[in-house]
Amino acid sequence: MSTPVSDHTATPLIFESGQDGRANRYFERGKSLDQFLPREALRAELPIPDNSEMDVVRHFTRLSQRTFGIDVGFYPLGSCTMKYNPRVNDAMANLPGLRDLHPYTPDDQAQGALRIMWELERSLCSLFGMAAFSLNPSAGAHAELAALLIAKAYFKGRGETKRDKVIVPDTAHGTNPASAAMCGFKVISLKSDKRGRVSVDEVKKVLGDDTAVVMMTNPNTLGLFEDHVHEITRAVHEAGGLCYYDGANANALMGNARPGDMGFDLMHLNLHKTFTIPHGGGGAGSGPLGVAKHLVDFLPTPYVRKKNDSFVLDFDMPKSIGPMRSFWSNFAHIVRALAYVYANGAEGLTKVSQLAVLNANYMRVKIREFLETPYDEICRHEFVASAQELKKETGVRALDIAKALLDRGYMAPTIYFPLIVPECLMIEPTETESKETLDAFVDALRDIVETAKREPEKILAAPVTTVVGRLDETRAAREPDLRWRPTS
Amino acid sequence: MLQTVGVDSLDDLLRVPDAVKLREKLEVVPALPETGIVSRFEELALENTGARFVSFLGAGSYLHYAPPAISALAMRGEFLTAYTPYQAEVSQGYLQAIYEWQTYICLLTGMDIANASVYDGATALAEAAIMAINENGRQKILVSRAIHPNYRAVLKTYCDGLDVAIEELPIAEDGTTDLGELARLAATKEYACVALQSPNFFGVIDTPGSAEHSALKDSGTVLVAVVAEALSLGALQPPSQWGADIVAGEAQSFGVPVAYGGPYVGFIAARKEHLRRIPGRLAGKTVDSNGKEGYVLTLQAREQHIRRERATSNICTNQAHCALIATMYLALVGKTGLRDVAAANLQRTRELAAAVDAIDGCSLKFTAPYFNEIVVCVHQPARHALAKLEQRGILGGVDLGRYYPEYDNCILMAATEMTTTRDIQTLTKALHEVVHVHARV
Amino acid sequence: MAQPEGLLYSKEHEWVKIDGDNATVGITDYAQDSLGDIVYVELPKIGRQVVQFASVGVVESVKAVSDLFTPVGGEVTEVNAGLENDPALVNREPFEGGWLFKVKLSGDAQTSGLLSAADYESFTKES
Repeated sequence: MSTPVSDHTATPLIFESGQDGRANRYFERGKSLDQFLPREALRAELPIPDNSEMDVVRHFTRLSQRTFGIDVGFYPLGSCTMKYNPRVNDAMANLPGLRDLHPYTPDDQAQGALRIMWELERSLCSLFGMAAFSLNPSAGAHAELAALLIAKAYFKGRGETKRDKVIVPDTAHGTNPASAAMCGFKVISLKSDKRGRVSVDEVKKVLGDDTAVVMMTNPNTLGLFEDHVHEITRAVHEAGGLCYYDGANANALMGNARPGDMGFDLMHLNLHKTFTIPHGGGGAGSGPLGVAKHLVDFLPTPYVRKKNDSFVLDFDMPKSIGPMRSFWSNFAHIVRALAYVYANGAEGLTKVSQLAVLNANYMRVKIREFLETPYDEICRHEFVASAQELKKETGVRALDIAKALLDRGYMAPTIYFPLIVPECLMIEPTETESKETLDAFVDALRDIVETAKREPEKILAAPVTTVVGRLDETRAAREPDLRWRPTS
Repeated sequence: MLQTVGVDSLDDLLRVPDAVKLREKLEVVPALPETGIVSRFEELALENTGARFVSFLGAGSYLHYAPPAISALAMRGEFLTAYTPYQAEVSQGYLQAIYEWQTYICLLTGMDIANASVYDGATALAEAAIMAINENGRQKILVSRAIHPNYRAVLKTYCDGLDVAIEELPIAEDGTTDLGELARLAATKEYACVALQSPNFFGVIDTPGSAEHSALKDSGTVLVAVVAEALSLGALQPPSQWGADIVAGEAQSFGVPVAYGGPYVGFIAARKEHLRRIPGRLAGKTVDSNGKEGYVLTLQAREQHIRRERATSNICTNQAHCALIATMYLALVGKTGLRDVAAANLQRTRELAAAVDAIDGCSLKFTAPYFNEIVVCVHQPARHALAKLEQRGILGGVDLGRYYPEYDNCILMAATEMTTTRDIQTLTKALHEVVHVHARV
Repeated sequence: MAQPEGLLYSKEHEWVKIDGDNATVGITDYAQDSLGDIVYVELPKIGRQVVQFASVGVVESVKAVSDLFTPVGGEVTEVNAGLENDPALVNREPFEGGWLFKVKLSGDAQTSGLLSAADYESFTKES
C-alpha cells in the first residue's frame, strides 16, 4: 500500500534560505534600470532572496514529498472525482505548437487549436445533450455564474425582471447559492425528501412567476439519481423558469442519461473531475457551460464556430453576456480533456461511468457491514456513510475517522457534506481504482471502526504518522499569519 | 463485484426512468490508442502555424523564458494530482508553497496580504471591484480606459450581474490616463473604487500623483491597481507606493506558458483592513497539537462552502498549480534574475522602438515612459499591415482598432527577453516593405 | 446551562439587557457553545438604525458562520471594541465581557417576541 507522507523535519521557508551571491544566471546581466526609466518610477528595493537552483529544486522536491496526490494513493474524495490523470494528456498540452501559441494569434494561424476546441465542444454536446458549450469559464463555479448571468439576461430580454429567485436543494454545493448571490438573485433552499431526493411537490410549492432558475445536481451529492427529474424540469418550465444542471457528478452519467434529455436548459461540467484534468492542488480547472438551443446566443464570448472547412473565434454575439475571463479558455485543459475523449471514445466513456457506479456500489455494500449508510439503495458514482451511531457509542466522529485514514496511507473522504447527513463521510472511489484497492481501503476503514469501539483514544489521537499532527485552526483564524515578513 | 452488490448486470445499476433514457447514438471523437492520440495532436499542433512565427504579441499574455527546473518540479505527481489541501496533515508541502506564494505577491506589490489565487487578471479586477463595493456600499465604479479591454469587458460582465454601473476615465495624449477629472469625481463619494493599470494596456507607466491619491483617500474611494505584466514588478515602484489599496493582477509571466490563453493565474493583494473581504482561499501558519509549526487553509468562513449565498465570492477551484509554477519561478530567478529580466525587457523594447521609429511611415504613438510594449502608428489600417506581416511569417502585434476605433492605425507591439535582434531586424525589414507598398498605392 | 435572570432572550439565541432606554446585546452561552471557537465578530456600525429581529452582523467560528439578529430596535450607540483583538471573549464570558453592541431604544421598547430566562431555558431544551 502507499506510504504515508512521513518526513518529519520542517522545511524552512524559501525566504529563510537564500543568500546574496547565489543567483542563477538565466538572463544576461542587465544595465542599470535608471538607464531606461526615470528614477521615481523605479522600485527602491526588491526584498526577495537569491537561491541556487539546486537549493530551489531540493526545496520544492521536499514540499512535494509532504503532499498527497492521486499519484501517491487512493483518494476517495466524494463529489471531487479523483480519478487517475493519464500522463499522455500532459504531454499533449506541452507540445510546443500548443503550449507556445499566443492567444492573439490570428485564427488562420491557429487552426489546430480552434479545431481542438471545436472537437471537444461537439463531443460534449453529444454526450450531454446540449446545443452548444462555451469553453470560456475557468471552473464549475465560474460556469454557474455565467449561467445565472445568462438567465438574468434572458429574462431581462423577455421583460420578466420580476424573476429574482433561484431555488437550490439543501444538498447542493455551496457554490450554487454563492453564484446566485453574485447575480443579485435571492436563494430559496429546498428540503430534500425522505428518499434524499428533491420532491416534485416541494418544488411546485415554491415555483411562481418570480422563479428564475432551479439548480440541481444529478446524481445528487448523496449519490442518488433524481428519478423525478423530468417532472421537476417540466414543472419549472411550466412556471416559466429555467433549469440548471450542476455537472460536478457527471462522471456517473456518460452514455447513460443526458441532462439535455432530462430537460435542463443550462449545465456545466468540471473537466478537472470527469475528464481527468489534474486538480493541481485546487486548480486550475475548466468549467464548460452547456446550453439548450434557446440560450445559445447568450453564451460568453468568444465562441468557436466552424465556417466551411475552417474555424473562427466569434466575438460578434450581440446578446452575449460578455467574456468571463481574460482569454478564450483554459486551453491547455481543453487539450487534456480532448486527449481523454480520444482515449475512450463513446463506448469507453460509457464504460467509465458504468465502472464508476459499480465501484461505488461495491464499496457501499462492503462498508455498510460496519458503518451506517443512510439512504441505503443502489447509488451512482458515490454514496454517503455516517459516523453518527459510532459517535454516540465511542465519541469518535467523522473527522477522527478521516484523520485515522491518513495514518493508514489514504486520503480521507469528503466529510460533513452534504450538510443534511450528520457525521457524514462521502465516498467516491472512481472507475480507475482496482478491486484490490477498494478491498484494502474497506479493511482499513473497518479496522478504524473496530479500534474506535475498543480503544477510541487511539483514533481520537490520529493522525500520528504524518509530518504534523492536528493543526490549531482556531489559532490560525484568530491570529492570521498569512505571509512571511523580513525580520530586519 | 456484481454479485457482492446483489445485481445481475451493470444495467441493473444504471436504471433511469423511460422519459430520460438515452435514445441517440453518441457522436464523440473516435477512440484511439495512445500512439494515435500523439500523432493526432502533433498534427493539430502543426496546424498552429502562428506558434512558429516571429512574434511581437503581448497585450496581457507574454512569452517569457521559464527555467526547465520549473516543469521538472511542477509536474511531480504529488503536486499535480493533489486536491485542494483541506486535509492539512498530508498537504503541508502544498500549503507551505501557497504561503510562500502569498508572501512573494506581498513583497512584490508592497501589500499586507494576498490570496491563494483567482482565475486570471481580468477576474482579479472584477473581484477587487466587488471587494470595494462591499466595503463602502457604493454602486458605481470608475475605470481607466487604458486598462486591458478584456479586463474591462469581464468587469462589465460581472457588474451586470450586480447592477453596478461602470464609468471610464479617458486616455491622455501621451498614453497615460487623463486624471484631470478624478478628484472632482471622487469627491462626489458615489464611486466605490477607481481602477488604474500600470503599465497600462499600451505599455505606458500610468500612476496617479499625490493630489489624486489624497482625493481618493478623503472620499473613501478605494484605489485598485491592475498589474497585467507581473514582470514589471521587478523594476517598477510597487503599487503600495502609488497609493493602491487593492492590487489585482495576472502572474502568467512568472513561468506559466501562453498556451493560447490559459490557464493563467490571477492574484489579489490588499492592505490588511480588507482582509475580511478578500475572495478565495488563504493559507495561514499555525501550530499542531504538539506545538509544531504547520500550515492550514484559514478564514474559511468567508468562503462559499461555509457562507454560501453570503460568501465574499463564489470562487472554489482556483489556479493553485499555476501559482505554484509562479512561486517556483520567483524562487529560481530571485531578486537578481527578476531585475535582470526586467532590464532585458526594457532594453529589447527600446531597441524595437528605435528600429520601428526609424522606418518612414511608422511612428510611436505615445511619449510617456513605457515598460515592454509600445504603440506603433502605421498610417494605414493596422489590420491591413498586420495581415501583410502575417504573410511574411510575422505576428506583428495586436490591432488596436479592435478595441479603440480612434487608434485604428495603431499596432500594440511587445518585446521581451526572448525577442532577438534578428527578430527585430526581420520585423523592420518587413514593416518597411508593408508601409512602403502602402505609400505607393 | 444557566440563563442569567433579568435578561430577555430571542429565539435566535441573543440576549438583551434593558436599562432605561439603553439596551446591551450579546449571544447566549448556548449559542457560543454550539458555534464553537469564535474567531471573528462582524458588528453593526455605530449610528446605524436597526429594527427588531433584523440581521445586523455575523458571528464566525472556524467552520461555521451565523447571522447576528438584534433582539431590539433602535440606534447602535456602542460596539464592543475588545472583540476585535479577542473574539474568544464571546466564548469565555458570553453574558459579561463578551457583549456585542449597545442600542438606544427607539420610542417604546419592543420586547414582544422575547423570552424570559426560564422560557428560553425550555426553548433550548426543545431544539
